[in-house]
Amino acid sequence: MKTLARALPLPAVLVVLAEIGARAHGPSDSNAPPSEVAGALVEALSDGSLFGATRDTLLAAFGGLAIGAGVGLALGTLFGSFHALDRVMELPVEVIRPIPSVAVIPIALVALGFGYSLEVAIVAFACVWPLLILTRAAVAGVEPRLIEVARALRLTPLQRTFKIVAPAALPRVFVAFRLAAGISLVVAVTVEIAVNPQGLGYGVMMAGQALRPDLMLAYLVWIGVVGFALNAGLVLAQRRLFGPAAQVEALR
Amino acid sequence: MSALAWRAAGLVVLALMVAIWGEIAALKFVSPVFLPSPARAWAALWNGFAHADLAAKAAGTIRHMLGGWLVASVLGVAIGAIVGSSATARAYIGPTLEFLRPLPASAVVPVAIAMFGLTPEMALGVIGFGSIWPALLAAVHGFAAVEPRLTEVERALGLSRWQGIAKISLPSATPDILAGLRLGLTVSLILAVVCEMIAGLDGLGQWVLLAARAYKSADIFAGVIMLGAIGVVSNAAIGFVEARLLRWRAPQPA
Repeated sequence: MKTLARALPLPAVLVVLAEIGARAHGPSDSNAPPSEVAGALVEALSDGSLFGATRDTLLAAFGGLAIGAGVGLALGTLFGSFHALDRVMELPVEVIRPIPSVAVIPIALVALGFGYSLEVAIVAFACVWPLLILTRAAVAGVEPRLIEVARALRLTPLQRTFKIVAPAALPRVFVAFRLAAGISLVVAVTVEIAVNPQGLGYGVMMAGQALRPDLMLAYLVWIGVVGFALNAGLVLAQRRLFGPAAQVEALR
Repeated sequence: MSALAWRAAGLVVLALMVAIWGEIAALKFVSPVFLPSPARAWAALWNGFAHADLAAKAAGTIRHMLGGWLVASVLGVAIGAIVGSSATARAYIGPTLEFLRPLPASAVVPVAIAMFGLTPEMALGVIGFGSIWPALLAAVHGFAAVEPRLTEVERALGLSRWQGIAKISLPSATPDILAGLRLGLTVSLILAVVCEMIAGLDGLGQWVLLAARAYKSADIFAGVIMLGAIGVVSNAAIGFVEARLLRWRAPQPA
């Protein structure tokens, strides 16, 4: 209760100031008072356009997340398990990883055209890296004595991966997944704003070009709410699933 | 094997990957419209420098990226220091910052366009807004997590508030701040490209998008290679600064 009482004054003051400022300035093509933004938000929610756009964005984001996270997880597990492979692949990873995800947009645009596949491809490219890097670290950092246990039990490499390494590395891998989920939404919206004519990013862009600042800001607020809800949901899941094991990493 | 030998092995793998890319292009598994051969991409890169304005575009992107990043870093660290060093400020301002953080920075592009038009100021605003969060939150965390015994030392020595910040808090928060600045640099490169794509500002984002519209795949790859190079170099530069500034710290257990 006390934290809430301290958290709320600042946003409340900002909203009131925005209301007064926008009203004093009069009608504008670039800004709208929060009350009108709230009205536009209710309108977009009730006519279903906002839900449709949210569905498009989340479908592309989660599709890309599934592919990218899967590839990153597989590569990270391989690199973490085989030291020589890891050292050899260090340079290629260092060269490819810094390519900004949006730079891949034109390549994917030429190859795939507009639509879901373009967005999924870009999101997947962006989501590979956190999973790859953190899974590699998690797998390589599994307690050596557990690996000795695996050797003593004469487990095959595959059994060792699933019975010993996977459970030990899972909390840190989930942290990577949470990071990637946040990235997936950001990248999906970015692709929509830059080129792809669908989803929330396109909605905010169109509202701006239609000189509807109230609707534009309503979309922006909604994108913020979706991002916040996604992050909060994953943090909660992490706490439920792994408890204190994930806390150390979560602080980083 | 020594580190150098591993490095050489990595280089061989990289060369192998380029060779496979060349084979795929040569056998036309993927249409040359989409995938140029490495030789064509390389030629487009040199051609871009020699006869087109690829160098100017790269300079434009670097200018946008560094301009926004510098503004965001200075502001972010300053605000973060104020918020982080006061428990009261953290309680009142922290939750709002946490709420704003997951907001995709690119979503403010249309708002910035409505406010500033398709201008370099718009790009500066968007890049600054996007890359301020890593620096700000890292600074808040760094200043909040100063070892309590160091604060006692500060009090025992009778340091003034500013001396305390300069001699105790800032050095102690430096590792966090540098990590935030590194992340912010990555974000600012991405946003610079996005702004150039949307607003048609001089830069590599505009270059690659125009090449895509003209189906000049070799030019796209030349632009992407340049963007990758900027990413690698900026990362290496900040890594170098990090190593320099943090030399005083005890080596971390691997």
